[in-house]
Amino acid sequence: MDEPTIPERAHPRGRGARQTRLDIYVDRYATRTQRMKASEIRALFAVASRPEVVSLAGGMPNISGLPLDAVAETLGELVVDRGTQAMQYSSGQGDPGLREQICTVMALEGVAAHPDDVVVTVGSQQGLDLITRVFCDPGDVVLCEAPSYVGALGVFGSYECEVVHVAMDDQGLQPEALRHTIDIVRAAGKRVKFLYTIPNFHNPAAVTLSAQRRTQVLDICADADVLVVEDNPYGLLGFDTEPMRAIRADGPERVVYLGSFSKTFAPGFRVGWVVAPHAVRDKLVRAQETATLCPPTFSQLAVSAYLANHDWRGQIKSFASMYREHRDAMLAALDEHFPTTASWTRPAGGFYVWVTLPSGLDAGAMLSRAVTARVAYVPGTAFYADGNGTTAMRLSYCYPTPERIREGVRRLAGVMGTELELREMFGATGPGLPSRGYSSPNTDLT
Amino acid sequence: MTQRVVVLAGGLSHEREVSLRSGRRVADAMSAVGVEATVRDVDSELMPWLRREQPDCVIPLLHGEVGEDGALREILELAGAAYVGSTPAAARLAFDKPIAKQVISKAGIRTPASVALPADTFREVGAASVMAALVERLGLPLFVKPAQGGSALGCTAVDSAAALPAAMVSCFAYGSVALVERKVAGVELSVPVVGSANGAEALPAVEIRPDGGVYDYTARYTAGATEFVVPADVSEQVATASARVALTAHGVLGLRDLSRSDLIVDTDGEVWFLEVNVAPGMTETSLVPLSVDAAGLDLGQLMATLAKEAATRGPRRP
Repeated sequence: MDEPTIPERAHPRGRGARQTRLDIYVDRYATRTQRMKASEIRALFAVASRPEVVSLAGGMPNISGLPLDAVAETLGELVVDRGTQAMQYSSGQGDPGLREQICTVMALEGVAAHPDDVVVTVGSQQGLDLITRVFCDPGDVVLCEAPSYVGALGVFGSYECEVVHVAMDDQGLQPEALRHTIDIVRAAGKRVKFLYTIPNFHNPAAVTLSAQRRTQVLDICADADVLVVEDNPYGLLGFDTEPMRAIRADGPERVVYLGSFSKTFAPGFRVGWVVAPHAVRDKLVRAQETATLCPPTFSQLAVSAYLANHDWRGQIKSFASMYREHRDAMLAALDEHFPTTASWTRPAGGFYVWVTLPSGLDAGAMLSRAVTARVAYVPGTAFYADGNGTTAMRLSYCYPTPERIREGVRRLAGVMGTELELREMFGATGPGLPSRGYSSPNTDLT
Repeated sequence: MTQRVVVLAGGLSHEREVSLRSGRRVADAMSAVGVEATVRDVDSELMPWLRREQPDCVIPLLHGEVGEDGALREILELAGAAYVGSTPAAARLAFDKPIAKQVISKAGIRTPASVALPADTFREVGAASVMAALVERLGLPLFVKPAQGGSALGCTAVDSAAALPAAMVSCFAYGSVALVERKVAGVELSVPVVGSANGAEALPAVEIRPDGGVYDYTARYTAGATEFVVPADVSEQVATASARVALTAHGVLGLRDLSRSDLIVDTDGEVWFLEVNVAPGMTETSLVPLSVDAAGLDLGQLMATLAKEAATRGPRRP
């Protein structure tokens, strides 16, 4: 090996000046790519993945209760009995048998769909991507709740859509605000392509759209000729009540429905689905074929075999019972440690609590202090496309144990106390510095 | 015989992600020149692991506290490992920006006027009056940064007194002591130094031109967001003066093997010292690899040479 020699003198003009941006493709990226930038907050989440940090940030399902031995047996049989089929290409629309089973799952929420209406996707996240690809041109308006799912905002951003938020309260989307927003957007000469809504145990707001409002939302959108995209990953994970009737159940021609096995079984298979009116479905299948040729056959058959051979309804109840314990731990810890000047939702299902901070605090600016104290959360601004949400944060209780949840909330309360005291001391009670960027959607994996 | 080198990267500081990228890049560059280089995180198993594996040399590339404040180097010495880079005492001195500035200032190098204060002092004396006095003493614009830390985390340029409170809060989110410094306008340069004591040499200065005018975290780690000129587009005189400042900082702080000094050249061509890093970034968008390349060197071979020298030097004996 040739040994280098350390230079014997300074090299002020060694090789002739070179100008570089360290990215030779810098002037070639699409407009939508140019907003993808490194951010401090993303860097902080790199620390949150370490075991020393209690992460109340991510939305990872807790699948420690799955009967892995039984699942292993099912998967083993799949390989032995149908291995060459499971490892082969398959239909772009998805496995017909799985699509039938999906219809059985959706029947629990009142959706009467035919397997032909179903398109299997790589998680419902890909369903969202395909829907946006099929419907949206740059500049088209998508209506979203305020706040909305960070991963959806990422998809809409990547297709250069304009997101307009619609106000919510403790019963979910406000119908009057929806009507008013549609009018305003139209008055501005813009076209609303669809309303994106998460009616059950909302991520991140943790509220559920009431039955009465579901009808109102459907009527308003029908009157205004606006498609509804209903995203329902948590609907079967209620703690105290039977599943609510899906919006799609009462408006099959007006609603595209997104479902997922990520929370009711396991996210690693990446199997979700879309149910859409016929014309839309055909376009989604074409889009799916372009994107992936077909959704992963092995994953589909694995999920199908799981549904056929296991008490999946019982497993969902068992998951819900575990999440209920986690929620109880978080709410009790919040009641005990958080100041009375903060407020938070009390979810009846799902994974999250939405906290509104005491006046003067900025959740984004506080995150570095929290990570130093070994606790992480997602700042509220992640869930808005318009910069709102500075005084809110999302806490997830799905993955950590109740003990870790209690410890995390205790640490967070300490962080909040210090931050509040510092801000009062410096008289810095407004939002933090505007430069703090945010990139989606990886926080849900943290 | 093939060198067995362990690159330590990751850790629990706010710069974990940057460190992991630095570590991967250095390990890859060294592997490409025939060194057996692996990347390892720092955790509770590190000491027994080092004792068991006994690598020829360790390259600590943790950024931020622990990695740069001397603590990790103390651990390496306790574990009896040879390592590339400055001693614990020198790293501690360099990592504390106010102290480093003071030492360097005494060596006759210009550094912007500054005041370092812990949060507790603002609490005890009254934040409003202290902030008013800071503006009065140092003038505007100011630059507020944590006394310890890197990657511009918690750093804010302050153009008005009204913007100072938010900048202070942001700074104290990253550390307990703030360095409030007069902001010098000019060309931003970064100058790496390799070697030790009498053998230290400066590599070509890198000129930094961030698109948004501020070399913040986004400008540092988004490929394409900053234009670099290397060697810097400055006169021979300024280039020589910059090299001299970086070499002086390296020397008076007692640094070893590798450091990187961040400087500003004002409109009169005067060179100002801002800070020095003992574990400078080695990512795809970092400055040292650019400078190494401009010097006609190979990063992997340079690191291999430093590792070989460190292995020859051996662990510090009690």
